[in-house]
Amino acid sequence: MEISSRELQQATIFDITGDIDLANSPAVRKALLREVKEKRTPRVVMNLSKVRYIDSSGVASLVEGLKASRDAGTRFMLIGLSTSAREVLQLSRLLRIFEVYDNEEQALAAA
Amino acid sequence: MSHEPKKPVKLRHGSNGYLLTLQITSDPNLLCAVRGTVERLTEAFGFSAADCRAVTRAVDEALTNIIRHAYSGAPDRAIELAFRSVAPPDGHFSGDGLEITMSDHGPAIDPEKLCGRALGDIKPGGLGLHFIRQSMDVVEFQRANETNRLRLVKYVRAPK
Repeated sequence: MEISSRELQQATIFDITGDIDLANSPAVRKALLREVKEKRTPRVVMNLSKVRYIDSSGVASLVEGLKASRDAGTRFMLIGLSTSAREVLQLSRLLRIFEVYDNEEQALAAA
Repeated sequence: MSHEPKKPVKLRHGSNGYLLTLQITSDPNLLCAVRGTVERLTEAFGFSAADCRAVTRAVDEALTNIIRHAYSGAPDRAIELAFRSVAPPDGHFSGDGLEITMSDHGPAIDPEKLCGRALGDIKPGGLGLHFIRQSMDVVEFQRANETNRLRLVKYVRAPK
């Protein structure tokens, strides 16, 4: 898995490539919590369009990011959900709690 | 990998009674290798794309639980996986089942901890067992001879 970030319009977009599983979900968690808790970036966008697989530890990392953003009064968004990523969020009944957009243009334009 | 269901390949059991056996260490970096193997096996077995993903997810989550809970994150402990074809129960399902047995040699698991947590709770963790149960037709746990043994079965459905 590779994770990179870029800043755009007061948002930080994390581009993740590869599978998110027990081996690397701690890196995802660390990166996004730093962005939300320490940097207090107004909008954090997780681009999952190149994530082929995400396990329960990856979902847990996303939930932690969301909770931290709520505590900080910022926004946490998911874009480009693959079939597999959407499936696991539906199975966990957590899809409804996230702000989900098809692409970054929609996420950045969201009121 | 997204795919249309393929015509199942005739898979033959070995003299040990299994289609495939794997012995791995409890290193999280091996999870991707097991997922790749299970994806190919389930495709050859004749599962739909969604069921291939379901079985792969269940195996991955079960391994994750073993690594985290049975072995407390130690990366050098042994895990055995064995795959075989089983006949469907009378009157149920259209095809054979893929049985997956996963064994570890960690301490006995507290059955109270095998219930998972309420779905929809907005908190991290506790989802793996739900994913396994939702993905498989049979989920059974046994403790014998200082070994934890998880038995999973998924049956092939007729295309809708």
